[in-house]
Order: sequence, then structure tokens, then C-alpha cells
Amino acid sequence: MLQILRSDKTVRWTLFGFFVLAIAGNFMPTWVQNNLMFGMARGLAVLGLMVLWRTGLISFGHALYFGIGAYAVALADKHFGVSDIFVRLILAMGAAGFVGLCLGFILRKYRSIFFAMLSLAFSMVLYGVLVKVEALGSTDGFSVSATSILGWTPESKYTLFCAIIVACATSACMVQYYLKTGLGALTTAIRDNELRVEYLGYSVAKAIHFKYIISAALAGASGAMMAMALGQVDPDSMVNWTVSGELVFITVMAGPGSVIAPFIGGVVFEFLRTYAFELAPHAWQLIVGGTLLAIIFFLPMGLWSLLERIWVRKGSSS
Amino acid sequence: MTASPALKVTDLCKSFSGITAANNINVEAADGDIIGIIGANGAGKTVFVNMITGYLKPTSGKIEFHGQDITGIEPRDATHVGVCRSFQVSQVFMTMTVRENLLIALAIAKDEGKAMLSSPRSPDLVAEADRMMQAYKIHDHADAVASTLSQGVRKLLDIAMAVVANPKVLLLDEPTSGVSVEEKFAIMDIVIAALKEKGVTVLFVEHDMEIVERYVDRVLAFYQGEVICDAPPAEALQDPKVIEYVIGHDHAPNPTPPADAASAAANGTESNA
Repeated sequence: MLQILRSDKTVRWTLFGFFVLAIAGNFMPTWVQNNLMFGMARGLAVLGLMVLWRTGLISFGHALYFGIGAYAVALADKHFGVSDIFVRLILAMGAAGFVGLCLGFILRKYRSIFFAMLSLAFSMVLYGVLVKVEALGSTDGFSVSATSILGWTPESKYTLFCAIIVACATSACMVQYYLKTGLGALTTAIRDNELRVEYLGYSVAKAIHFKYIISAALAGASGAMMAMALGQVDPDSMVNWTVSGELVFITVMAGPGSVIAPFIGGVVFEFLRTYAFELAPHAWQLIVGGTLLAIIFFLPMGLWSLLERIWVRKGSSS
Repeated sequence: MTASPALKVTDLCKSFSGITAANNINVEAADGDIIGIIGANGAGKTVFVNMITGYLKPTSGKIEFHGQDITGIEPRDATHVGVCRSFQVSQVFMTMTVRENLLIALAIAKDEGKAMLSSPRSPDLVAEADRMMQAYKIHDHADAVASTLSQGVRKLLDIAMAVVANPKVLLLDEPTSGVSVEEKFAIMDIVIAALKEKGVTVLFVEHDMEIVERYVDRVLAFYQGEVICDAPPAEALQDPKVIEYVIGHDHAPNPTPPADAASAAANGTESNA
């Protein structure tokens, strides 16, 4: 496994990029740091969606897992005083992964719009429950206490910033490894021709189920990171369908080209939204939507394809 | 269990909401048999192939593979047992190269899928893929994306992918359809040579009687869901029922059949060429 990762160019660039970002984060104003944190945290969920998208599946309901991750952190904090980042992450990913495992048995039978809408339905069930049940915080949600690392509670948010970066880098490398295995290669194979995969002797349902669990666990981690970065969870910013929409938005904007793309997409989205809100507080969605339209028209393979194009041009001119 | 035939089909029936597509089919095939399946369009050839490979569930009847009941199993289980197939329309991974197509097939076939957890680009899998490409004479196209291939090469890739799992029984659904006349014999030469070497039982659906005559040991003629003739080619192609319902009087083989008549028969048309 290490051999593959060590020889992989994407992995090297990912680690290098995240390392530089972690250092640079120390010298950034707080609002930039925050935006980067939110963007990266969302990028984790988008990474999972990208894995699904490569198979030709789009989930309009990943706010379900995003929300489960966030609420796992908040509830464990409220009832058991869990503040350690590792425990929080494991709880969030475990809970989201487990729900993904269960729902996967149903969802793996569906494709295209049916898959997308059924996932949306499941996420709205959770939203409905959270809003109605007082014990789960209702519409107000909960606040989340400061995150500690192995018993140490850092004062500045920079530590959490670095922790998020480490989590993102680790996830990106693991997904990159997964995509390099036979199972990952099946991603494209299933999109191309499910019938042939079955006749080669591999269960398409099983492969899709596996992908679905990966994407659920990543969305869970993403929600947990978001809860820790915001210090607050509530149904509307964690589980509503608009959250799923945002995740799909970023997935399309970033493009399926690379495991780094989701994080770039997440960060660009966060800054785009901040500036759009600054510019037009009542019509910021218009600016965000217009940007996505422009990207779909001019860069159908997403922002990543723009970087690739620049890369290739530089390579050929030098 | 050495005495049991490689493939034994007993009283196989299939109907689609009242329309009978297969009616009491009884067939036996021994190890290494090469059998041609002929019949007009809609005679039930592909339904037969689909039932044996698990794509369609039979309404009644029994399919046995070396004595093991494989009636109505899933396609992937048929593959695991050793019954594989190719398709009338090539089913390959269109956005991948020929080598990548074979690497995925090999990775799945290896260790019941355990190889899926490591890279399919491991040296031994790549070497095996290269060997396959040599055997099927598609190594010139190793790095070409499947969607850019000619029909003939794509057919060969399709068949090569079906053979990767080391089948004991292989069903080929029209291996030469959509392929130019010059390519047809070349394809069959390559495929039959590669399969005979391994002693695979081959059943292939074919419209071209020249190909049937040249390559098969036995002919199964289908008409309206029934097997109307099961005999060696010399005998079967002279059978009055086969001439009546499958080949057509105009195209009945003479000592030296004209090439255009054979190809017209291949298209299943009744018109005079």
C-alpha cells in the first residue's frame, strides 16, 4: 500500500499542498482561516460524492450523513462531555458509516434520478425528526464545546485548522489509494457497463454499496469537522436539503478530475459565498448560481480541468 | 462425476406473457465440443444463451453443468461456476483502453476478487493481459480506448474478456455479426484456435453458414423456440426442415456455394442477392 502511495504524484502534491497551507494558515486573518476551515471540511463530503459521481451516481441526500456526523459530535458532547477530536471523528464516521451501510442495501438497487431522489427522501426524514424532537435540539440545535486533542484544549482555532488539514490530507490519500485498486478501477467500469462487470463475476451492487459507505463516512467526518469549526449544530445548516444541494454544487463545480479538486472546490465556494454576500446580501444566490452556470458552460469538467489546462500549457511551453 | 456432460439442458422452456420463446429444449454438450446455433431472427437463439448464462430465468426445465444444477443462477455465479459468454453487441468498457479492460477482468477473476484490493497494474496481471492480447491478436491496440476500436477488434476484446475467467463452457452470441467479411474468418480462426487449446466447450450463435460449416462439430437449428435439428453440419445443412425454416431454399448449400448467397443468408434475408 505504501509503495503505491509513495510513487503517486497526486499524493505527493496533496501532501505538499496541505503542508504549505497549514504553515500559511498561521499568518492569515481569522476570517480567511475560518473560510478555509469550512471549505476544507465541506471538501471531505464532496470527496465522497466524487467517488459516487465517478460511477455515474449523484446523491441529493448526503446532508443526511453530514448531519449525522455533526449531531454525533453534539450529542456525545452534551450527554457524555466528549471533546476529544479523535473520539468525535470516530463516532461521527462510525455513525454515518453504519447508517450508510443500512441504507445502502436499499439504495444500491437504484440508479440515476431514482438514486438521487431516494437519498434526498432519507435525508429529509432525518431533518423532520430533528426539527420535531425536543431532545434532539429541535430547530435551535445545540452548541458544541471547544475541541481538545488528547486532553489538551488549545486556545486558538489554528490547532483545529491544522487538524482539519491533516484529516483532509489523510482522506485524500486514502481515496487516491482506493481509486488505484481494482475496486477503485471498477468505479469507471461500472459507469461504462454494469452488465459486463456482472458477467466478469463481480457484484455491481456490492461495489456500489462499498462506495456508498465510503462516501457516507466521509460526509460524517465532514459534518463533524463543521460542527467543531462552527461550535454549533442545527437542522437548517446541517441537514436541510439545501446542504445536500451545496455539496452537489461543489462537486459539479470542482469536477471529478482529482482527489484534490473537492477541497479546492470547497474553498472556492466558501469565498465565493462570502464575497457574493458582501456584494449583494439579498441576491447572493444569484451570483453563486451564475458562477456555476458559467463553470458548466465553459468548464464542463469543473475547476480542476482549468488547473489541468494551465498545467499542460506550462508544461508544453517550457 | 466425469461421466456427466459439460452442459446438459433438459426440457427448458421460457415464455414471455404467453409468447413461447423456448419450448422443451434438450441439449447435451461434452467437453471440448464446438457447437453452432443457427436459426432465423426471433427463433430463440439468444434467449437460449441468456437462460444458460443467467440473464433470463427459465419458466421451467433444468440446466446442469457437469452434473451441478445451475438453473436460474445469477450471471456472476454462472461466471464463477465456469459458464461465460460474449455478446451480440460487444460489452466492453468504452472509456478504457484495451489493456485496462483486460486488467479489470483479470483482477476480478484472480483469487475470487481478493486482487481487487491491490492495484490491477501489478506486473503479473499486466503480463497476463499482454499474453491475452497476443493470443487474441489485439496487442497492436493495447493502448487504444475501446470506443475508437473497429467492430472486429472490439468483438475480439469482448470474447477475450469472457475467456479471462477460464470458462469450461463458453457461449458466444454472434461473434462475427457487424464484422466485415474479410475479418470474419480471421476472428473465428483466432478464437477457435485459442479455445481449442484449452478444451473449452463452445456454443456460438451464427448466421453465416460458411462459418458454421468450417468450424463446428455439431449444429443446433432453432425454429420458433424449438430445436428442429441437432446433427453434424454436413447432415444438418441438408436437412429439409433446416433448409425450409433456417437457410431458405434459395440459399441451400450447393457443392460450391456462391459467396454472396452465403452472406445474404448471414443477414437472415430471404431476398435474392
